[in-house]
Amino acid sequence: MVEFRMPSLGADMEAGTLVQWLVKPGDWVKRGDVVAIVDTQKGAIEIETFQPGQIEKILVDLNSKVPVGTPLALIRAEGEAKPAAAAPQPPPPPTAAPPPPVAAPAPPIAPAAAAFAISPAARKLAAERGIDLSTIGGSGPGGAITYADVERRGGVPAAPAAPTAPSEKKKPPTLDLAAMRTAIAAAMARSKREIPHYYLEHQIDVTACEHWLAEKNASLPPDSRLLIGALAIKAVALAVRRYPAFNGFYRDNKFEPSPAVHIGVAIAIRGGGLTAPALHDADQLPLDELMARMRDLIQRTRAGRIRGSELSDPTITVSSLGERGVEALYGIIYPPQVAIIGLGKVVARPWVIDGAIGPRSIVTMTLSGDHRVTDGHAGALFLAEIGKLMQEPDKL
Amino acid sequence: MSDIDIRKVLQEELNNIAPEADLASVDPAADLREAIDIDSMDFLNFITAIHHRLGVDIPETDYPKLVTLDGAVGYIERKLAPR
Repeated sequence: MVEFRMPSLGADMEAGTLVQWLVKPGDWVKRGDVVAIVDTQKGAIEIETFQPGQIEKILVDLNSKVPVGTPLALIRAEGEAKPAAAAPQPPPPPTAAPPPPVAAPAPPIAPAAAAFAISPAARKLAAERGIDLSTIGGSGPGGAITYADVERRGGVPAAPAAPTAPSEKKKPPTLDLAAMRTAIAAAMARSKREIPHYYLEHQIDVTACEHWLAEKNASLPPDSRLLIGALAIKAVALAVRRYPAFNGFYRDNKFEPSPAVHIGVAIAIRGGGLTAPALHDADQLPLDELMARMRDLIQRTRAGRIRGSELSDPTITVSSLGERGVEALYGIIYPPQVAIIGLGKVVARPWVIDGAIGPRSIVTMTLSGDHRVTDGHAGALFLAEIGKLMQEPDKL
Repeated sequence: MSDIDIRKVLQEELNNIAPEADLASVDPAADLREAIDIDSMDFLNFITAIHHRLGVDIPETDYPKLVTLDGAVGYIERKLAPR
């Protein structure tokens, strides 16, 4: 039997509130399945299990706030004997309660509802209207079912229609921005206190990227088009494989490089919030896949649906200000990471190429590095490598 | 599809992206990126939603024509008009 515990979703998290179970005793779960939703300072986070098996028992009631590490449920691994079948073992101590009745033939997979990518609001609406999720075509990233999809599907309201309050549709994501600000302040204050930052900047000619993107996107429908941000993330992910001292965690007075490359993507939350969940294994993903995952990640983050692992394991962060705003951004490292890359907006500049001046598209890329791990020399090589990779977008 | 219907669809989709924005008070000639703070990913989602709902495919080179609400309504009207 394995205990499923309240995970730590960042150095600053001490406790979380269990707000929803997506499984019940008897359900089977796979590694990576979302089993519960936990409310934290960073919003409602979907918590995955890393233990496949059958849910044996739920240990924590809804809406209870418990410290990190508290067992939330018991999961019986596949093949592990059910307690009821363990008759030949020594008699249980007299105080032990009789084993709970085992649920009737369990479905072989998690409930269908959990298998669909769907926002909580859309799920609620579908439940209210009695709509089978498998009958709805999702138009969101990765086929995710959005609120609008459920609305369009219509369906007969299950009960004498209590019309859905129009205000509900306009309700912003259930993110507590004040709590998020507190979490950002705590992490950034710790970073400035503990991490001796150094800063470098490099101007990168992204004209080749723009031409390549224009040509590629011309033949693609909007839901498959790429943004230059996806190219930059891939370039960073490939560059850290060559410069692993920028990818990993500084813990207990030493640097632990990470073999996996999980790029934290800084995402602005409407109304004033910021979070940087991980785009897992970004170095392994082809660009179209990377773009689809980035779209999905941004959409879920803004809807308040990040997964636990995405919050806890970014190995380096990329922060991009997009097409508006300013030309350069100097990031503050998110501990326990050791580097953050900043991207300003792309600007047209006169540039010298082969002795002649011509207009080029230029982006200023910065690196904030941790002097406990690297110095400016290594940082310069790392930034230059990213710039070089962006000259050949077809190889990203 | 009338100008009014198109405008309604676009406002709905913009509201999905920026739920807190009061689109009725946004100047229809203002740059949406600044007026309701949408970034390149939001804009791509907007274009994708128009494609799904109205069947209008908008090439990247036409994006600048859709950065205001009036511009977007006019563009889609022309695209939907029988030739």
